Amino acid sequence: MIDKQRDVLLSIDDLHVWFELRRFGFGHAGYVKAVDGVTFDLHYGETIAIVGESGCGKSSLMKTILGLNKPTKGSITFDGSLDVGKLEGERLRQYRAKIGYVQQDPFGALAPFMNVQRILEEPLVINGVKDPAERERRVRKVMEEVKLTPVDDFMHKFPHMLSGGQQQRVVIARAIILEPKLVVADEPVSMLDASVRVEILKLLRGLQEKYQLAVIYITHDLSTVRYFSERVFVMYAGNVVEKAPVNSLVQNPKHPYTLALMDATSDPDANNALTYRELPPGEPPSLVKPPSGCRFHPRCPRRIENLCEVEEPYDLQADDHLVACWLYK
Amino acid sequence: MSQTNNNLLRIEDLVLHFGTTRGSVQAVDKVNFGLNANQAVVVLGESGCGKSSLAKAILRLLPRNVVSYSGRIYLDGNDVMKLNDEDFRQNIRWASISMVPQAAMNSLNPVIRVGDQVAEPAIIHLGVSKQDAVSLVKKMFQHVGVPEDFINRYPFELSGGMRQRVAIAMALVTSPNLIILDEPTSALDVLTQASIFNVLKRLKGELGISFILITHDIATSSELADGVAVMYAGQIVEISDAHRFFAEPLHPYSRMLMASVPRLRANVEPEFITGQPPSLLNPPKGCRFADRCPKRFDKCSEEPPTANVDGIQVKCWLYTS
Amino acid sequence: MNTFKKSFRELVRYPSAIIGLVSIGFLLVVSVYALATIPYSEATRLWRGGEDVWYQNPKYAAPAWMNYFSDVKKPVSFAVSTRDESMTKTVETAAQGTSTITILHSFDYTYDEFPQEMILYFDGTYQDKLPFVSVAWIMPSGERVRIADLAVDRDLTFRISQDQKLMKRLHTEDVLPALFIEPKSESTVPVKGTYQLEITAVTFEANSDVNVEFVLHGTLYGAAGTDQYRRDLMLPLLWGTPIALAFGLLAALGTSLLTMIIAAIGSWYGGWVDELIQRITEINLVLPFLAILIMVGTFYSRSIWVILGVTVLLSIFSGAIKTYRAVFMQSKVSPYIEAARAYGTTDRRIIFSYLIPRMIPLLIPALVSSVPAFVFLEASLAVLGLGDPVLPTWGKIIENAFAEGALYRGLYYWVLEPAALLMLTGLGFAMLGFALDRIFNPRLRDV
Ligand SMILES: Nc1ncnc2c1ncn2[C@@H]1O[C@H](COP(=O)(O)OP(=O)(O)OP(=O)(O)O)[C@@H](O)[C@H]1O
Ligand SMILES: Nc1ncnc2c1ncn2[C@@H]1O[C@H](COP(=O)(O)OP(=O)(O)O)[C@@H](O)[C@H]1O
Ligand code: SF4
Ligand code: SF4
Ligand SMILES: [Mg+2]
Ligand SMILES: [Mg+2]
Repeated sequence: MIDKQRDVLLSIDDLHVWFELRRFGFGHAGYVKAVDGVTFDLHYGETIAIVGESGCGKSSLMKTILGLNKPTKGSITFDGSLDVGKLEGERLRQYRAKIGYVQQDPFGALAPFMNVQRILEEPLVINGVKDPAERERRVRKVMEEVKLTPVDDFMHKFPHMLSGGQQQRVVIARAIILEPKLVVADEPVSMLDASVRVEILKLLRGLQEKYQLAVIYITHDLSTVRYFSERVFVMYAGNVVEKAPVNSLVQNPKHPYTLALMDATSDPDANNALTYRELPPGEPPSLVKPPSGCRFHPRCPRRIENLCEVEEPYDLQADDHLVACWLYK
Repeated sequence: MSQTNNNLLRIEDLVLHFGTTRGSVQAVDKVNFGLNANQAVVVLGESGCGKSSLAKAILRLLPRNVVSYSGRIYLDGNDVMKLNDEDFRQNIRWASISMVPQAAMNSLNPVIRVGDQVAEPAIIHLGVSKQDAVSLVKKMFQHVGVPEDFINRYPFELSGGMRQRVAIAMALVTSPNLIILDEPTSALDVLTQASIFNVLKRLKGELGISFILITHDIATSSELADGVAVMYAGQIVEISDAHRFFAEPLHPYSRMLMASVPRLRANVEPEFITGQPPSLLNPPKGCRFADRCPKRFDKCSEEPPTANVDGIQVKCWLYTS
Repeated sequence: MNTFKKSFRELVRYPSAIIGLVSIGFLLVVSVYALATIPYSEATRLWRGGEDVWYQNPKYAAPAWMNYFSDVKKPVSFAVSTRDESMTKTVETAAQGTSTITILHSFDYTYDEFPQEMILYFDGTYQDKLPFVSVAWIMPSGERVRIADLAVDRDLTFRISQDQKLMKRLHTEDVLPALFIEPKSESTVPVKGTYQLEITAVTFEANSDVNVEFVLHGTLYGAAGTDQYRRDLMLPLLWGTPIALAFGLLAALGTSLLTMIIAAIGSWYGGWVDELIQRITEINLVLPFLAILIMVGTFYSRSIWVILGVTVLLSIFSGAIKTYRAVFMQSKVSPYIEAARAYGTTDRRIIFSYLIPRMIPLLIPALVSSVPAFVFLEASLAVLGLGDPVLPTWGKIIENAFAEGALYRGLYYWVLEPAALLMLTGLGFAMLGFALDRIFNPRLRDV
């Protein structure tokens, strides 16, 4: 549970990330509003999950936190004082190195022409660890941490010689080798075989507990969040629509979209084959021209006429959830 | 589900080995299984255990480096392995059995309109005219839930879920009895997965199509399965019916697979299987699962026979009486 | 080292790689041999040529091995001299500083045609009194023909076919046939057998001496033949090899590397840098490449280094830049680059340690395959008369051959020899490039 005593590590306030669309390479053609007003605080050592369909803006949010995208509006404050959106040049570079990044596609995330040792040394080289012996010591240590053992067997392998799970371990090792306080994991297991997903998630959780890492875990699969995070944020079309402690969310989802996500998630059960699943109709909306009012209203089974399509819901308290839905007014 | 009355498809001793510079890869090694009309069988297994190769072997879509391809494939009682390549291409592939290959949604030709891509198999196999093909494609789009006016779009104009539906329409357009789906939803998010499974359920329920569904995702596989076949290192280790399998599988590997599934509606800690599947270049002599199996005992150094436990077939020494 | 060994082992699995490596290896050995045995100054001196350098050779002589392919055996040129003791020389000293020098040379003549010319170069050493020589010709039958009696100064050239006295003595204008056919014989072909040249010299001073060089100009010469200036074609064939390889490799390397670096910079920074590179490329693509080279060659300099520089400059902004750019644009957004940015990598390091190494698999086969094009380019320029003025190259041979109408005159060797080496270069690099492409781009691999 959230320890109210813990200090805020990352504070996000009314963050907007818009990408300009251009017609024929010039000429303005609107914005993709990938992140459109997101606010939350992340504390030291806290784990949160961000859940949502593909294209709802999860990765854009992450990349902005990592300093890879510039916020269009709003602010990101790191460690109490650092205004991430205003960083430039060398200071931005240094900031980026403070956050570990685990990507979705482990094979793509590793330079195919570097061996494991070189891959893991790169962040050290770039961030000023000049002594090769010291670098090797830290590479070995981090490889032990992610259980790429025996270390000597793996040191000189190239990414294509590793299984998907091992590749993702290398990615995780790289993410923690600079001893960050925050690790961002963007769908770290969705490209992996089901049988190794749990293994990787448990590894991440073990590291999180050992080093008191704050972790942002991004996924579209609700069934894994409760083994991993303390709080869950549900994202839809660039907005966070529900924020709640994980057990409370899984047992008692409030937002109609969260409910839809849960309904779509299968547990192994032969009876699944006997019925159709209830799903919200249609596809997620365009982020260039999102629907008016509540963005979920065209697909919402509980839409309130003359309200939901007119006025945008704001965060409303419902038990220990914050829900952006007029039902909880 | 017992093997003898698999009246749609029955596969016996199917073997497919590939030649590489380091030896031969035993990707499919004496596989036996089958299914009835209007049935869906799931082939479950970890990456690299030979699932896609099995699909290729059934459809005779062989790469050039095949060193061994044998066995019997009975379709409606006739052994189609005996057909020559031309007959097989004309009468079986796509005409009777079609396939949605792995990553099909990302393999659509980017410069051809999706409608034309779906029409292609119909024009080739059914010899329909261009005009008929258009209405046929529209009908297919209806079945899989793609808006009709999408026929003139290009693949990049469609979302992942829509592209996957298009790929299914391509398999459907020649009205086969059986469609092989290779990882049809692995790259998609939950809502899209669920809606694709709704489509597949409808095709099965309304058009009576049978499916072989290849996947490593047990949870979603239960959305379609009547029967389950578990594959490990090129071999089938358990053939069961869905109710008994999802309640409690028998083979130690199946049990561990089942225990590794994170569940939304039950608070049980998932457990992963340590280690990795063996290399198919030189699979171990005895039970191929032995080095990861917690139940291993002395007999396991010999290859286990397939035992029949109340109609469930298990390739494990634990079940031989 | 280990990875190198492994790649090599993988490489030699491809027959085309073996063909390529053997061809290139052969060319390299030739290059090393040429550079080691004929220094640069010697090579340019010989190539500049002149009668005094090449007097021993006939003009337009085909290579000696042509006889293997023909029933009519043509005479092969040779030159012997007392200085290198290929002619035997005996000196008998008599009283008062007088001595008699006997110079003998016997040789087998087994050809079906007559030589073009036989020449004696005398070189006498004396204070006041000129040495005196008599030259005799002894045919296989033992028949003895007096050729000449001469006083020899420091430098005397005696062309046997042109000597008026000898013509009179033999009653014919065609002296040479007469020396190879028995007198009174009706035959029109040379008698085969051992001929002997006997030169007897008498000197009249203590330190006086006579040396002789005997040159027989056949219609064949050496392993490569000669050109219109009597130059041994072996020289440009040998020396052309390192030049061709150096030109091809340097141009290919320079072009590929610079193209790639520029493409990388453009696609990484984007914006106006990229725009500028794109525009330059488009302009460069419509510039007439060969025409510019011809202009440079005609008005500025024909030095191979200048031509190399201009070639590289003109090839940097080629179509390849667009290809590389497309690949860079793709890897620029690949997750591993994104990860590198996330752990704080500088732009320069991303370009040189992340983007460019990714291209090596594309670059190396392309580089290797592009070598022949540059080699051909250099040869073509030479054929157009724009070759380096001082260097003996393959292209120069072909240029001379064309200028002399070699093909009309049936002197095929003159064109075929350099052409064969050019083909070998093309074949070698193309085959190697093909195999490298298979290795570096696994998609093309047969598994
Ligand atoms: N053409 C081929 N040549 C050699 N080996 C092959 C070939 N195709 C597949 N294999 C090998 O055969 C084995 C089975 O491959 P297959 O693609 O059938 O696995 P899969 O179960 O479908 O795995 P995934 O879940 O990753 O799709 C693997 O070890 C693979 O590397
Ligand atoms: N660099 C970009 N330029 C333009 N649009 C982008 C860019 N990055 C992401 N988007 C768009 O923003 C939306 C959200 O994308 P993303 O954050 O990747 O979603 P998710 O991670 O939730 O799947 C998508 O519509 C995507 O196409
Ligand atoms: S605000 Fe209205 S439309 Fe939006 S989720 Fe709530 S009920 Fe549905
Ligand atoms: S045969 Fe033995 S090793 Fe194999 S699964 Fe059964 S018990 Fe385990
Ligand atoms: Mg994403
Ligand atoms: Mg597969």
